[in-house]
Amino acid sequence: MQVTLKIFRYNPEEDRKKHYDTFTLEAEPTDRVLDLLERIKGNQDGTLGFRRACAHGVCGSDAIRINGVNRLACKVLVQDLKTRQVVIEPILGLPVEKDLIVDMEPFFDHYRSVMPYFVNDDPPPAKERLQSPEERERFDDTTKCILCAACTTSCPSFWVNGKYVGPSAIVNAHRFIFDSRDQAAAERLEILNEQFGVYRCHTIFNCTDACPRDIQVTQAIGEIKKALAKGSLD
Amino acid sequence: MQKHQYEVVVVGAGGAGLTAALYASRNASTAVISKLYPTRSHTGAAQGGIGAALGNTEEDHPEWHAFDTVKGSDYLGDQDAIEFMAAEAVDAVYELEHMGLPFSRNPDGTIAQRPFGGHTNNETGKPVRRACYAADRTGHMILQTLYQQSIKNQVKFFDEFYVLDLLIVDGKTAGLVAMELATGEMHIFQAKAVIIATGGHGRVWETTSNAYSYTGDGVALALRKGIPAEDMEFYQFHPTGIYKMGILITEGVRGEGGVLINGEGNRFMETYAPTVKDLASRDVISRAMYLEMKAGRGINGKRFMNLDVTPEVVNHYAEIDGRKNPDGSPYRVTASDILAKLPDIIDFCETYIGVNPVTDPMPVQPTAHYAMGGIPTNKYGEVVVDEKNTVLPGLYAAGEVACVSVHGANRLGTNALLDLVVFGKYSGLKAAEFANSEAYVDLPPDPEAYAMQQLNAIRNSSGKENMITLASEMKSVMAEHVGVFRVEEGMAEAVEKVRELKERFKDVRVDDHGSKYNMNLIEAWELSNLIDIAEVTAVSALARKESRGAHSRDDYPDRDDDNWLKHTLAWMENGGVRLAYKPVTMTKYTPKARSY
Repeated sequence: MQVTLKIFRYNPEEDRKKHYDTFTLEAEPTDRVLDLLERIKGNQDGTLGFRRACAHGVCGSDAIRINGVNRLACKVLVQDLKTRQVVIEPILGLPVEKDLIVDMEPFFDHYRSVMPYFVNDDPPPAKERLQSPEERERFDDTTKCILCAACTTSCPSFWVNGKYVGPSAIVNAHRFIFDSRDQAAAERLEILNEQFGVYRCHTIFNCTDACPRDIQVTQAIGEIKKALAKGSLD
Repeated sequence: MQKHQYEVVVVGAGGAGLTAALYASRNASTAVISKLYPTRSHTGAAQGGIGAALGNTEEDHPEWHAFDTVKGSDYLGDQDAIEFMAAEAVDAVYELEHMGLPFSRNPDGTIAQRPFGGHTNNETGKPVRRACYAADRTGHMILQTLYQQSIKNQVKFFDEFYVLDLLIVDGKTAGLVAMELATGEMHIFQAKAVIIATGGHGRVWETTSNAYSYTGDGVALALRKGIPAEDMEFYQFHPTGIYKMGILITEGVRGEGGVLINGEGNRFMETYAPTVKDLASRDVISRAMYLEMKAGRGINGKRFMNLDVTPEVVNHYAEIDGRKNPDGSPYRVTASDILAKLPDIIDFCETYIGVNPVTDPMPVQPTAHYAMGGIPTNKYGEVVVDEKNTVLPGLYAAGEVACVSVHGANRLGTNALLDLVVFGKYSGLKAAEFANSEAYVDLPPDPEAYAMQQLNAIRNSSGKENMITLASEMKSVMAEHVGVFRVEEGMAEAVEKVRELKERFKDVRVDDHGSKYNMNLIEAWELSNLIDIAEVTAVSALARKESRGAHSRDDYPDRDDDNWLKHTLAWMENGGVRLAYKPVTMTKYTPKARSY
């Protein structure tokens, strides 16, 4: 079948204005949108800029907007689109560097701000620290994050104010806050209790819909709000 | 042009690079240069587990792990390095856990372990639970944990910088030349020690489990500076990639009791590996699948097999095998067990092929997966450049890019993640130690000259050749003739074809002439790396007149220890490839016939 991709273009070295280019190509129903971008780049326009690496949804490189919603280009098949007219745009809320490539630094700054690392200052035991399967399950969902930014850049609160740490950073804080082995939950909760922390979330659920790993993002944010309100993790 | 100075520079930010950086940065100023954001690295795609004889649910010993690895390598692995890795494995896994890695857990709170191909109880020959796992996302958890620790320890990163040249002055490491992708600007890094940790090169082949980024950058970088590549003919084809797509389906599926079924409904591995069956090592299973398909026993006569992990089938064969739980009760699984242990596999199958593995079998075929060969190193990660293992001062390599060699002719599942953390650690420690005792080597007057010359050759080419066409011709000839089974004529044809592609590459077309994120230019460079690697691989394979591990020849079907129990070294010289050989390091394991 033939599909038409209308792709956002911007190259600050050449273009004064952002614009769209339209490409038409043959596609199989089982082609990934990423496959189409690769073919356009290989056969029609080698200057097209986008990021990709693993091509099967685990590295988080290729979050883009496909017909208005945030998705990984490698996790959407042509047959999933329900249309042969596809609009491809960069994710919103981060500065566009070139075409579909955005500046990820503000996103990673927020990530780094929530202490996204394990803290336990006790001397480690000779073997592993023990953790029951139930304790491990408590934070399983938020260990799946691949830092693709699909959630954060789907969030209207983040669009309004880029100082908001955003859903992804909160998910990564959650992963440690609810880990029975970690000792820095209070410090992270304090960070998320600040002006640009969890209370910027207005439970719009775009983030949960955007997550390519099916993380219940809004729920995780809700658990943090609850912990802050109650002053405990139970 | 910008200049930087760090005592240690690590190239690549996957499992090996991050581990190396964490250790090097304790004692020396350290920077990491990576063409990707670190969390995009291919370590994150590893699924099933990291091998270590913790013995959490049954008897196990590092010595068993070492023997299994030697046997898995078809006796081409260096036994000193293998013993070292197996012994270090236990502490390496505990250390990851202490860094916060969220392993799956046993009911008693210890790290959960599952069986994996080729890992056995050395007394019974039966599969042993040695693979420490976090569901089917073990690589993801390792990569995230190491990156998290790097942030905690304030490791300096240069993200989205692409390394173009390795600077060697009078036989000593002096630094690197890199391009900043965001700006196109050149950067010179002066360094006392350089650790190459750039990963593999599975994009040489048509059907692959590997990321787009797996283009052999490190090996190509080294080859162009007169450093040899070791054992490049040994490339692993993983038995279970999703049909046509190549996306990896972890061996953990078979660890959990999944079986491979042919077009006649038979569990064919019973014939090829009567003791461990579907948990034989990967080379053995990939060959068996090819033989079955060749005999017309693919599913519906096609070039794939079914991998079945539905509870009815798992339980049926578990009963036949008499498989037991650690407490001695019969091994049985439910749909929710499968869902809990293999969530990503289920997601991949549903997303890409519309199959739910809990209710239906998965169509699979062998997929290009892992480079056993690479830059020669000793067990400390020091790069060794000749038949006598002479060390090149200040240069280190670790992870898939390196050939220690712990994997020999065939790697066991779970040993890649282990390799990353063990040899990442020691290369980081050794590099820092070296840096503390040595001075910087003066940079050459025009350090960027060689990189610029190569870049300009691509930029100013005639533009007659399409990159995609060149790449697909390379992938196709390599898959056809330098794949699971090989013969003289086919490999000779591949060598000739790759050399033709190398010539045609001089006319490669690059549309993008800009500076910012010129990925078109970088992809052309990556393709030139792949073509060099394809040539070295095909030439090394053609010369080895025996079958061993992943190098399997119809015309020389047997292993030949009298003539070929040795490592290949390949140099790119005078427009061709020069080969030499060096002995395998043996300790206590005498080569024996290999059966599972």
